[in-house]
Amino acid sequence: MTALLETRSLQKSFGTNAVCKGIDLSVGRGEMVCLIGSSGSGKSTLLKCLNLLEPIDDGEILLDGEDISIPGLDPQPVRQRIGMVFQSFNLFPHMTAVENAMLAPRRVHGKDRATLLPEITGLFERFGLADRMAHYPDQLSGGQQQRVAIVRALAMKPEIMLFDEITSALDPELVGEVLDALRELREAGMTMILATHEMGFARELADKVCFLDAGMIHEEGPPEQVLSNPEKARTRAFLRRLL
Amino acid sequence: MALTRRQAYEARVKRRSTTIAAGSTLAVIVATLILVPLAPGWPAVKKSFFNAEVFADTFPGLLNAFLLDVAIFAWSAPLIFVLGLLVALARDVRAPAAYPLRLFAIVYTDIFRGVPVILVIYLVGFGIPGLGLPRPWNSPYIWGTVALVLTYAAYVAEVFRTGIESIHQSQRAAAASLGLSEADTMRYVILPQAIRKVVPANMNLFIALQKDVALLSFIGPVEIFRQAGVYKSLMANFTPYVGAALIFLAITIPATRYADYLLAKQRRARS
Repeated sequence: MTALLETRSLQKSFGTNAVCKGIDLSVGRGEMVCLIGSSGSGKSTLLKCLNLLEPIDDGEILLDGEDISIPGLDPQPVRQRIGMVFQSFNLFPHMTAVENAMLAPRRVHGKDRATLLPEITGLFERFGLADRMAHYPDQLSGGQQQRVAIVRALAMKPEIMLFDEITSALDPELVGEVLDALRELREAGMTMILATHEMGFARELADKVCFLDAGMIHEEGPPEQVLSNPEKARTRAFLRRLL
Repeated sequence: MALTRRQAYEARVKRRSTTIAAGSTLAVIVATLILVPLAPGWPAVKKSFFNAEVFADTFPGLLNAFLLDVAIFAWSAPLIFVLGLLVALARDVRAPAAYPLRLFAIVYTDIFRGVPVILVIYLVGFGIPGLGLPRPWNSPYIWGTVALVLTYAAYVAEVFRTGIESIHQSQRAAAASLGLSEADTMRYVILPQAIRKVVPANMNLFIALQKDVALLSFIGPVEIFRQAGVYKSLMANFTPYVGAALIFLAITIPATRYADYLLAKQRRARS
């Protein structure tokens, strides 16, 4: 089986600060991969590189076997196939939840509101937000905002979804509802890459866990192996610090 | 319901400061009313600046002339808004082919913010009709207004640019991650937020514009300031200028208060 998304010795630095030092990551269709590691280990940067928000310095990113990291390539068509949800939600504050979700399909796919409404309404219902569609972001709780952000990304019908520590900015009692949304997506067969600190969640659902350390994938494997019986000393040290 | 100790204390403090503020204000007003008329020149000043008869005779005419100020303001304000926005956007364009546009926008804002308004009004208002344009295109009324538009658009452009830059990078990232083009990101995500953010700053500029309309009187149009000058010469009395000042204040004070209110509201929303 060829990977849906694959990186080959991906390198990225900001000035003299090398953040990704040759990352080889492979995500199959329908798989869920969790990136773990301390802050500054390169998880977020890796995700930003994957949907071309940050250009990479060297190496390759293959989407369905096709190199999307060629310098000068138009990033827009690629980004339409890769959805992303951010730690700080980044909803558009001047638009209602439903307008947030409709903007990209309207402008990029050229569909009108009436055509989109049934489908978008369906997405809001699926994530328990049917009565929040007409609300503005500042009228929603953090958990609701993050679920709207997920709906907004899904409205573009991406083939793969990236989640950048999406529960880290939430109050503890709101984390559950967002993880439930991820669980729902997982069951629907979405291909997902998560940067996360939710080890319990990773253990429960991930196909593969990658421990990033100093810009490299230090250890990877099925969650029970990496999280319960890590081979490397640094992985053990990281997990011990979390407990 | 009985007050808590804290509430009783605060009520006492508040009552006391209100009394003191009222007392000192009253004292200042009374002193002004008594002392100013004691000045040796007061009867003459009163006669030439605060002449009730002259005021009553000229006020309707001044109001009528003020309509021209309002008209000039009304058609220059939208032009300033649009031109200012275009210049601000031109400075944000990154395409190499559009570099001349960017350069033009930079030079434009530098020049028109660097020259006194009155000079621009003289140069444009006298210079361009001097090209020998046919009527009605030689009217100082038109070119004077153009001068105001050119000057104020430069300031408004800078305000818009500050607004655009104040929108957090994460909004652009979110828009980009959805596959939106740069133009759509600007139009639907950045600009609506930026324009709202700078409404109070722009309000203040437009209040200043309302006053600067009077500068056009130097090149011809008989608006309120020039009309007041005509009355002054006719009646050998300065009261019409006081009348004109009152008319300006009737517009600018409420507008300034409203802008302050918007600013305060925005600050509250942000905190």
